[in-house]
Amino acid sequence: MSALTDLSATEIARRVGARDVSAEEIARAHLDRIAATEDGIGAFLHVAAERAVEKAKQVDAGLAAGAAAPPLAGVPVAIKDVLDIEDVPTTCGSRILDGYRPPFTATAVARLEAAGAVVLGKTNMDEFAMGSSTENSAFKPTRNPWARDRVPGGSSGGSAAAVASGMAAAALGSDTGGSIRQPAALCGVVGLKPTYGRVSRYGLVAFASSLDQVGPIARSVEDVARLAGVLFGWDPRDATSARIDVPDFPTGLDAGAGGLRIGVPWSFLEAGVDEGIMTAFRAAIDVLRSAGAELVDVALPHAAHAIATYYIVATAEASSNLARFDGVRYGLRAGHGGSGGAGEPPQLHERARIHSAREDALNHMYGDTRDRGFGAEVKRRIILGTFVLSAGYYDAYYLRAQKVRTLIRRDFEQAFATCDVIATPTSPIPPFRFGERTADPLQMYLADIFTVPANLAGIPGISLPCGFAGGLPVGLQILGGPFDEATLLRAGHAYQAVTDHHLARPPLKRA
Amino acid sequence: MARVTVETVDHVARLAHLSLTPEERETFARQLDEILAYAESIQALDTRDVEPMSHAVTSEVLRDDAPAPELPRERALAAAPDAADGLFRVPRVIGG
Repeated sequence: MSALTDLSATEIARRVGARDVSAEEIARAHLDRIAATEDGIGAFLHVAAERAVEKAKQVDAGLAAGAAAPPLAGVPVAIKDVLDIEDVPTTCGSRILDGYRPPFTATAVARLEAAGAVVLGKTNMDEFAMGSSTENSAFKPTRNPWARDRVPGGSSGGSAAAVASGMAAAALGSDTGGSIRQPAALCGVVGLKPTYGRVSRYGLVAFASSLDQVGPIARSVEDVARLAGVLFGWDPRDATSARIDVPDFPTGLDAGAGGLRIGVPWSFLEAGVDEGIMTAFRAAIDVLRSAGAELVDVALPHAAHAIATYYIVATAEASSNLARFDGVRYGLRAGHGGSGGAGEPPQLHERARIHSAREDALNHMYGDTRDRGFGAEVKRRIILGTFVLSAGYYDAYYLRAQKVRTLIRRDFEQAFATCDVIATPTSPIPPFRFGERTADPLQMYLADIFTVPANLAGIPGISLPCGFAGGLPVGLQILGGPFDEATLLRAGHAYQAVTDHHLARPPLKRA
Repeated sequence: MARVTVETVDHVARLAHLSLTPEERETFARQLDEILAYAESIQALDTRDVEPMSHAVTSEVLRDDAPAPELPRERALAAAPDAADGLFRVPRVIGG
């Protein structure tokens, strides 16, 4: 890694702010890094090089004119292709959005840019964020920078891989069931899923609206905290965004682990965790105990039902959200897309037949568009979601899952009465090889066991590197109470203050 | 428990406006049957007197009901596969 692409987001902001290095130099160094590395990784779906240089020059011009240094001055960021940027293509990893250039910018992206960050491009992802390996992208696989025959995790796999390989100092992801934390764990970087409602979702393509949350990925907890300070906050354009004060994150980050009560749900962890991951996890919580934290045994009795609950709730919401992709307003249109000629007016008795045939033509257009536009996993989830909402099954599946969701949230409320944060491994399995789990969707879903409970409960979670198992990165997940990201960040920073796992970099290998 | 057959998949695919190939119908029927068999575990839980949770946000936040400029019509139509006269165009369904 050249010197400039090795810098942390915090260090870049400090140096650019001090006019020690220009935002343009930083942007060009990262674009060079992309040019040299991207072929072997495949993290990006679109690199907006000209736009990035232009934005970097604006940051430099502002500083030259005497403006106060913004908190992310010149920080080069990659954006998951689920977030809109005006006039930059959004695909969501799907063919159905072919050619779509949104007419607006997501609030999360706008906040980063207003804080001086420079967007480098859009990153690869599982189609519509449905997946845990980025293999469901309609366009290409993304390779894990630590082991290129393995997946980077997903669905924010491109964002995690871009940050891990030094192509971006930080990135945005979205997390519906672990899609920020799990790829962060598999790529050896830090990913934060904020509390539901903490970050505006205006301009985020919706997957499951009661679960989706936008969050940052970077190489250290300190960097993630810096981005969180910019991203968090109320947005009148998102009705689910919370009007709750945002703490000044750098303050309190250094408070250490002393006095922190860390809950460990030991019985939940018996669900089956890779041995090497479990060893790294035990070592990580021992480090926190040595740093002054107290370990507490907590119970999450309903967490074992989280996968079943999640795949009912999330697919139900997805089947509704994805109804908008119908070949009318944006993206792909397939089949008989013509508007029909005028011709001679038909006789009365002919009209009923023609009307029905025309309805069929419209329905065929919808069906053909969605058949050609959506990949297998998206279709599978739409069908499952439509099924659990359909007459006769709603009560037994969807309504019941919503009730179990309440039980899962109560588990956390009770646990947080006796601890400040909860620690688990982020993923029960290490990065797997391409194709290893694609044939069996249920096996793929089961690997989300430690991340989905936080989405169901609406609480924040962070994943940070805690070592390696068989040469592959392992993630430590820390969960917190609603709107208590500050304690997560404090715990994570305390860990990184006494360990160096987050400083490890994947081997350099030119494509 | 519910058994997912090819006919179930066909019915649901129609509801969801999805055209499927014969292979997809077979595969999805088998996979969805497995997934729902796994999800059966929640049927054993006692959920009497448990309120369903639809959302993690407890206080509904409504914005002011005030008109404000939004997307101009031509911007909203720019991404459409077929648009004319300021409208989205679809295959003809009515009139004649």
